[in-house]
Amino acid sequence: MSELKLMKGNEALAEAAIRAGADAYFGYPITPQSEVIEYLMAEKPFERTGMVVLQAESEIAAINMVYGAAGAGKKVMTSSSSPGVSLKLEGISYIAGAELPCVYANVVRGGPGLGTIQPSQADYFQSTKGGGHGDYRQIVLAPASVQEMSDFVRDGFDLAFKYRIPVLILSDGVIGQMMEKVKLFEPIPRLTEEEIKEKYPWATTGKKHGTERRIITSLYLDSNEMEQHNIKLQKKYKEISEKEVRFELIDCEDAEYVFVAYGSSARIAQKAVRLARAKGLKVGLFRLITLFPFPTKQIQEMCSKGMKGFLAVEMSAGQMVEDVHLAVKGCAKVEHYGRYGGIVHTPEEVLEAMEQKIIGG
Amino acid sequence: MAEITLEDIIKPENRVYVKTELMTDNVLSYCPGCGHGTAHRIVMEVIEELGMEENTIGVAPVGCSVLAYEFMNIDMQQAAHGRAPAVATAIKRVWPNKIVFTYQGDGDLAAIGTNETIHACNRGENIVIIFINNGIYGMTGGQMAPTTIPGMISSTSPYGRDVKTMGNPLKITELVAQLPGTHFVTRHAVHTPRFVRRAKKAIKMAFENQRDGKPGVSFVEIVSNCNSGWKMTPNDSNKWMEENMFPFFPLGDIKVDGKLI
Repeated sequence: MSELKLMKGNEALAEAAIRAGADAYFGYPITPQSEVIEYLMAEKPFERTGMVVLQAESEIAAINMVYGAAGAGKKVMTSSSSPGVSLKLEGISYIAGAELPCVYANVVRGGPGLGTIQPSQADYFQSTKGGGHGDYRQIVLAPASVQEMSDFVRDGFDLAFKYRIPVLILSDGVIGQMMEKVKLFEPIPRLTEEEIKEKYPWATTGKKHGTERRIITSLYLDSNEMEQHNIKLQKKYKEISEKEVRFELIDCEDAEYVFVAYGSSARIAQKAVRLARAKGLKVGLFRLITLFPFPTKQIQEMCSKGMKGFLAVEMSAGQMVEDVHLAVKGCAKVEHYGRYGGIVHTPEEVLEAMEQKIIGG
Repeated sequence: MAEITLEDIIKPENRVYVKTELMTDNVLSYCPGCGHGTAHRIVMEVIEELGMEENTIGVAPVGCSVLAYEFMNIDMQQAAHGRAPAVATAIKRVWPNKIVFTYQGDGDLAAIGTNETIHACNRGENIVIIFINNGIYGMTGGQMAPTTIPGMISSTSPYGRDVKTMGNPLKITELVAQLPGTHFVTRHAVHTPRFVRRAKKAIKMAFENQRDGKPGVSFVEIVSNCNSGWKMTPNDSNKWMEENMFPFFPLGDIKVDGKLI
């Protein structure tokens, strides 16, 4: 049954995995997301729902365990933080290539390298432009609350199985560590062996005598076949781009200027909108929920309706702003503001940047 | 007297050997003379004889046997380089009622995948690992492997492996035998019928261990040749293997029923 709880973002993510009917979680500790596996081990879902929880020897092993379980038709998840996600990217590329469904979370910290354990949004390029090798995409959901840390696990699995694609929940150290009230969704039962065999005929569950064997692979040695496989993948990504864009508009009806932001930066920008409105400035917020697919069309429409300027707010040196530029195509002013390397900007700083770079600039 | 035709001879009752249905009819991608084809066949014969066809999931590596799924006629997954034991761990954990095995070469299992090999073995995953050791990277054209023996020539040790600068070969089978999570660890060869029969018996025991829920990994190494990579004829490579590989990698059981021999 659905219940109201006060939880950390990371804990909500872990609880949501159990409630989403996940069959397995494979993880490896890293700050600031270690609460995910700690919560799961303490909660003992292997007794509650039969869900497998295993602490792997590395992020690399964990993501390859995800590959194996996903290839066997199971609902499987992992999570990590930036340096750990870098290690997983080879596996993500294989999962994308073999068209396997999975959900994974990145509770982003500052980089590059070992960086810092403080929050950051500097993994946007890595998350939305590939990261691993090859022409692949993944669906990227950006939670801005503990509630969404929970909800996006359920939604992520739905999308992952609908399109047979990896789904990334791109969180950050703020959303992962902060506590908020969360309404937990009703538990979804795990699928039975018969249900898995019926729903996912592609999965390796044991070949019935006289039937075709199932092969999970991303290898196509014949370049013509490899191209055909890539064409199929691109078709899927196009369909996702058309159907699965998600965003939220806050105070945009009469706005002349908007912040474009996601995750914790969107929460900060939302406060900056309130401060701006108090000063009589017509400022709104375009909150991205899916980073891939990016709401290019929706931002273009705002431009054609006469929006004067966009300020991309992100805890990075300017990554998401490039996609805003590509959407706006020079029709309005686009600037970037963001602190980075583990520093979180304040609403006052964000509003000041809007006033100086966009409104007054 | 009527003439005897081919159809009269080819009758089920006259057959002394039948290729298992669990090997596909695809032409093997291995070089003529290579031991992989025989190793594939005996693994598949064991699965057929134990009635495990409908219940088994295999994991192929990266290396010469990357295309094992083209020849093994069962459900298969192809893993990233070295990660087969992690992939197999997950499959077995989410489907404990299935039979799961990996088939890996020495570069895959004992170099890039050492971590996954050791940890899957140490956790005592209830899987079978078939390890083909030919002392060389075959697929990429004969480079030095973790199992290239001292003095052995490869394309990246063209004057022979100098252990002072290139390090020592890794006897990973002896290493995993020391771990509490391995149940059965054994080393075999497939270059003559006598050795093929012994290897098959060991592989059968490995799969029976998993079926019977004996705790831990059953690990079967097969020391094999790579006539192309070693730049020898098939016959010469087998002779070289007997004279040089077997003394370094002695054949036989190392651990049975969880006890070191």
